[in-house]
Amino acid sequence: MILARVVGTVVATRKDPRLVSTKLLVARPMDPHGKSEGSYLVAVDTVDAGVGETVLIVSGSSARMASGMKDCPVDAAIVGIIDTVDVARGD
Amino acid sequence: MQLAKVVGDVVATRKDSTLHGMKLLVLQPIGADGSAAGRTLVAADAVGAGVGETVFFVRGKEASFPFYPVEAAVDAGIVGIVDSCDLIDGLN
Repeated sequence: MILARVVGTVVATRKDPRLVSTKLLVARPMDPHGKSEGSYLVAVDTVDAGVGETVLIVSGSSARMASGMKDCPVDAAIVGIIDTVDVARGD
Repeated sequence: MQLAKVVGDVVATRKDSTLHGMKLLVLQPIGADGSAAGRTLVAADAVGAGVGETVFFVRGKEASFPFYPVEAAVDAGIVGIVDSCDLIDGLN
């Protein structure tokens, strides 16, 4: 899984039927210190996250194991809202 | 599987129901010499690892297998704590 910050929302009217009524958010991966890294990605939200929050994103086929995503064509799902990240000194 | 060092932990109150009770740790993948190699990631802990330890982890859907029969929504899981790792000089 990766840490990411939610930076926006996506609206799509025409989409796969299995994506109807899912919430799609734009997220920017970040390191444990909060520094953005890598490119933006669109993830389906299963935990009611919002813009500005730090979230946990699961990628690949595991994303389909998130709540309500069975057999859905998704490869990234937000599965947690991060309260805190503790990183050892020096790492 | 890949070697990594556990560098931190993550707390998330609101999360997928399959993640409840699971320990989530921040991993820094490392190379043969122990130096950082690649981006940090968050992995589910299946073996009781802690911050500062060297572990090996599995990526992909296989990361959920230790939690069977729960189909946990994880794509990286710690499956072993490294006691020692010996490499033949000149081959790494």
